[in-house]
Amino acid sequence: MFDNLSGRFEGIFKRIRGKGRLSEADVDEVLKEIRTALLEADVNVGVVRNVVARIREGAVGIEQSKALDPSQQIVKLVNAELTAILGGETLKISYASKPPTVILMAGLQGSGKTTNSAKLARWFKSQGRHPLLVGADLQRPAAVEQLRTLGSQIDVPVFSEPGDPVTTATRGLAEARRLGKDVLIVDTAGRLAIDDEMMAQIRQISDQITPNYTFLVIDAMTGQDAVNVAEAFHATLQIDGVILSKLDGDARGGAALSVKEVIGRPIAFASTGEKLDAFDQFHPDRMASRILGMGDVLTLIEQAEKAFEKDQAEQAAARLLEGEFTLDDFLEQMQSLKKMGPLGGVLGMLPGMPKELKNAQIGDDDLKPIEAIIRSMTPDERRKPEIINGSRRQRIAQGSGRSIAEVNRLVKQFSEMQKMMKRMGGMGGGKKGKRGGLGALAGLAGGMGAGPGAGLPGLPGAGSAPGGFPFPPSR
Amino acid sequence: MNAQTLIIVLLVVAVVFGLGVVVVNRRRATPVPPETPPTDNRAPEIRSAPPRIEPPIVEVGDAEAVVIERVVEPVVEPVVEPVVEPVVEERAPSFRERMGKAAAAMAGVLGGVRSRQNIGNDTWDDLEEALLRADVGIGVTTALLDGLRERVKAKAISTPDELIAALAADMSSRLHGADRSLRFDDSLAASGQVNVWLFVGVNGVGKTTTIGKVAAQQVAAGRSVILAAGDTFRAAAAEQLGTWADRSGAELVRGAEGGDPSSVIYDGVQRANAKGVSLVLGDTAGRLQNKSNLMEELRKVRRVASKEPGVVTEVLLVIDATTGQNGLAQAREFTDAAGVTGVVLTKLDGSAKGGIVFAIETELGLPVKLVGLGESIADLVEFDPNEFVGALLDVS
Repeated sequence: MFDNLSGRFEGIFKRIRGKGRLSEADVDEVLKEIRTALLEADVNVGVVRNVVARIREGAVGIEQSKALDPSQQIVKLVNAELTAILGGETLKISYASKPPTVILMAGLQGSGKTTNSAKLARWFKSQGRHPLLVGADLQRPAAVEQLRTLGSQIDVPVFSEPGDPVTTATRGLAEARRLGKDVLIVDTAGRLAIDDEMMAQIRQISDQITPNYTFLVIDAMTGQDAVNVAEAFHATLQIDGVILSKLDGDARGGAALSVKEVIGRPIAFASTGEKLDAFDQFHPDRMASRILGMGDVLTLIEQAEKAFEKDQAEQAAARLLEGEFTLDDFLEQMQSLKKMGPLGGVLGMLPGMPKELKNAQIGDDDLKPIEAIIRSMTPDERRKPEIINGSRRQRIAQGSGRSIAEVNRLVKQFSEMQKMMKRMGGMGGGKKGKRGGLGALAGLAGGMGAGPGAGLPGLPGAGSAPGGFPFPPSR
Repeated sequence: MNAQTLIIVLLVVAVVFGLGVVVVNRRRATPVPPETPPTDNRAPEIRSAPPRIEPPIVEVGDAEAVVIERVVEPVVEPVVEPVVEPVVEERAPSFRERMGKAAAAMAGVLGGVRSRQNIGNDTWDDLEEALLRADVGIGVTTALLDGLRERVKAKAISTPDELIAALAADMSSRLHGADRSLRFDDSLAASGQVNVWLFVGVNGVGKTTTIGKVAAQQVAAGRSVILAAGDTFRAAAAEQLGTWADRSGAELVRGAEGGDPSSVIYDGVQRANAKGVSLVLGDTAGRLQNKSNLMEELRKVRRVASKEPGVVTEVLLVIDATTGQNGLAQAREFTDAAGVTGVVLTKLDGSAKGGIVFAIETELGLPVKLVGLGESIADLVEFDPNEFVGALLDVS
């Protein structure tokens, strides 16, 4: 199995690196790899064909540019293309002037409609709304019971009655009006897109309750069939948006791309875990690199969010940019980092990391010496490492059981890092500064012995959104 | 370059990254309401409960009263069981009838192949597209077509019709020879042991429904069956299984919602042993294969289920026909954790063709044993490789 797109490219580009420009055969070979990567990510064959054709067009102009090498340009091109398909306008919920805002949930069996109905209700609640859930899945045994249980967990009332789903939905709407609820979410039974009878039924429900939004729930693990399903439901119901479920799995989720391309409706929400709060609006920027297998930024971000204390992290980041980041801060953030899991795994998920760094075997044990050294310093020394003189050095070395040389190295590197951060902070400020800082750090790593050619075709300049920290090339 | 330098650099990179993520996301974030208290009871619980002291052993009487109950569900409103499942049809439907609709899309592509006089580049492109659309996957597809290209080159195949027939034959032959019967050891009863079949898979593939149908078929075949509601996580999963128990005439053993799934399965086995029931069907909660704590939990379920007098004779991985290439990862990880012995391919009556099982069977050697072709009990049928391939390629 191939690791990721940049991994595939590496071999090709190694061969053509000397050439400086790409022959048609080179482009073909690269496009073939892109095609394979997209197919392995379950992007629909037809969609892949279109995407690859568009990339080919873009690739023609590549030889002219001098700023980036061809490999970087192609990756950039691919990423931009995918982001463009996935992105576009994100769905902004506009509430009905005459409440309730009615939402109809549709999808195949097992795509996650019931769970996501509850998650959506919780989301609306967090937006200050008062949702009512309607259980109109009278098909699957205990589906309504499931919805009731979930409803009670998020403290949202659930309406349902036995009999006919169309009547239940209609009565649910009346109930929402009676209770003065401003959002109504109607869960329906899973149905096959080719089941005419069932499709007619949901059409009837839709006609009765005239939803403001009809969401199609699609499993992120869906293969080629996603397109057929989306087209069929769209033809019957006029889908307004897609909810991508089970995105916390390791499927690359090419279905998202296919569906967006085929029905032209945005992926509105994504479900990223089993808990009811693991649900949020969809961020197309993360998805592009995920489909390409270029570093699992999404997972990393989630882990980081869980591990790092928000306030503390914000302060630390500010200090970092002002050059006031102390060894104490460093120690603190190192603890947070440890919570994210094995360091090796974390680094592996960073997109565009040089391979030498990615493959470095680093366990938590390797962090211990650093921790020990810092912990052997006095508060003053941690704040101002420059006061560390010969005798202090010796004391720290003895206290931590490390050699003086190790202490020296740590102090020296820390101060270099500090200087660089200051420069970055002063230069760009804000987000930009941080990004530059990251690049510089990667550069530093390259310069410190990872050797020439360590950099990969990263994602130069791509992913201007918060999730995708690009690493500028380290050469 | 020395190790410490490297580590420090990496640390800094990672720390800065972490900070960046949190801070930037915070700026973007809409105000998030206070975290609701965790409703997830199945966090890392793996270390708890040393397997030796299984809770149910405590008092049989008590356990029967509390843990083990035939759910006739007086509590649940009538809502729960409204639309009655179409009653068992006698004749099992054939693949071809059911997959006819699914094959329609494919027919267009292969029709194009047939309509040409010769085998040219377009032919290969069309064949490739047909296989890819069926979720067979690029790796397997390329391997299949490369083999055929050789034969075309050697003039062993010369017309498009022959080519399609050869492809179908190749695919069928790769699926041949596997033992697709459900393993039930009749001799276990004599030694006071119980057959246990576990059902595993990711969320929403149809595990509970499949168990219900298997139960009905096994009861119809004259076996006594207990359903163990090991999905203690999803809300109302046990109720759903309870409905199936009522329909099929099997007995239900359930535990508390959020309880330890291993102990529910264990209770089921104990109960079966006490009542002389020969088969326990163990449901498990759907889990994504990259959740290591949940896969550990499953490992434990498997371990506990094989404690005396339980003998796990089948571990069936349920896979949804709409599943794409991730199916292979599912098969690999579930096999690693639970020792999967066979695959059940569900929802094949939709427009999806389930081609990923071809890769699963040929690459991992896991036989597809059952196929779900509809909602009724009779719609769960034995897998037939020839019919499957025939339906996949729309050839007879």
